[in-house]
Amino acid sequence: MTSIKLRAVVALFGLALVCAAQAQQAAAPKKAATQTKKAANSSPSAIAAEFEKFRDIMEDASPAELFEAKGEELWKMKRGPKNASLEQCDLGQGRGVVKGAYVRMPRYFADADQVMDAERRIVYCMVTLQGFKEADLAKKPFSSGSHTPDPVSLVTYVAANSRGMKIAVPQKHPREREAFNVGKEIFNYRAGPWDFSCDTCHGESGLRIRTQDLPNLTSKKEAIAAFQSWPGYRMTGGLMHSLQWRLNDCFRQQRFPEPGYVSETISDLMTYLGVNANGHVYKGPGIKR
Amino acid sequence: MADPMRIRATAKDGGINVKILMAHEMETGQRKDSAGKPIPAHFITHVSAMWQGKEVLSANWGPAIAKNPFLEFNFKGGKKGEKIQVTWTDNKGEKRTDEASIN
Ligand code: HEC
Repeated sequence: MTSIKLRAVVALFGLALVCAAQAQQAAAPKKAATQTKKAANSSPSAIAAEFEKFRDIMEDASPAELFEAKGEELWKMKRGPKNASLEQCDLGQGRGVVKGAYVRMPRYFADADQVMDAERRIVYCMVTLQGFKEADLAKKPFSSGSHTPDPVSLVTYVAANSRGMKIAVPQKHPREREAFNVGKEIFNYRAGPWDFSCDTCHGESGLRIRTQDLPNLTSKKEAIAAFQSWPGYRMTGGLMHSLQWRLNDCFRQQRFPEPGYVSETISDLMTYLGVNANGHVYKGPGIKR
Repeated sequence: MADPMRIRATAKDGGINVKILMAHEMETGQRKDSAGKPIPAHFITHVSAMWQGKEVLSANWGPAIAKNPFLEFNFKGGKKGEKIQVTWTDNKGEKRTDEASIN
């Protein structure tokens, strides 16, 4: 138990230092908080409903499928310094088994002695099997312009192979339970110039920022939002993004330092969010506005 | 290397319905990058669909079509199990062909 606590505290202490430095430039934190609350009292967003209609129409023409196809090609192709494919990669269901792996991650992997989410595991396999360097993959980890990083296409392919399946993020191994607890602690940790935590924006139903509805990720009913339509094709800019990006961007919105690429922090948070969403049916990669 | 397409061909109402998603930037040549330099045009100029060695669709395209384009069309004839090949060619002479079975 103490080791769990310690890990969270050490990680958060690092965050707190940077945040303290930023706090000096803080602009009226109270005001920002009241504005969020005010927006919450308006009626449900009509724009969100319109977008849902659009998403339905686009369902069988979703550009996300292009990245699924690209990911499949990358999965099966011999690549990297070791000229190997990823077909020997174990995503937790046995070597090379892609079906159903995504809805059962993050999970504990004994070979790495780590709890890993899908993207983290894929990067681990790219490093161990294909000989890529993690530092290189971390250089430009998110989609921009015409660049889609390989792990993003790969995670889209893996996620597509869990389409229509129930989310079942495991909590058997002690390390998986530890990841849940640390994730929960990070989710509720308030700091930074606005004194925000994830919970500030995602701990209550009915909140929104401008036209964006904010899902309550702590409620059984809405927690599915952390999975549904991710990885997602964003109509804005026509970019494919994984959850790795979404969480990273929320750290940024929270005015926190951004976590490292495929870091333990992200896996822990995803474990917390995933367990909350357990039992919901995952519809596969989708479209985001 | 050009990225794969997604093709769905389904027998429907006595004909075949084909849906194609293509992975392409479709850059118009009218935009500038953050440094103010024009981004060179890069778009699909021709799409062709073949069924049993016969061309069932031939389309000339231009820069007015959006990124990662979607194309849907129907043709008469064709049965389940037969194959459709789709090829696009762009203004740089790049090409990509993919195939799908009708189901
Ligand atoms: C300042 C408010 C704010 C904070 C703090 C914040 N988020 Fe978000 N979050 C957003 C917004 C805005 C979106 C985008 C919603 C949309 O596009 O519909 C979002 C989206 C998400 C989504 C995707 C939900 C969906 O429906 O697709 C997840 C998961 C998420 N956030 C997790 C987190 C986590 C974890 C943290 C803490 C590290 C966090 N957020 C902190 C504002 C916030």
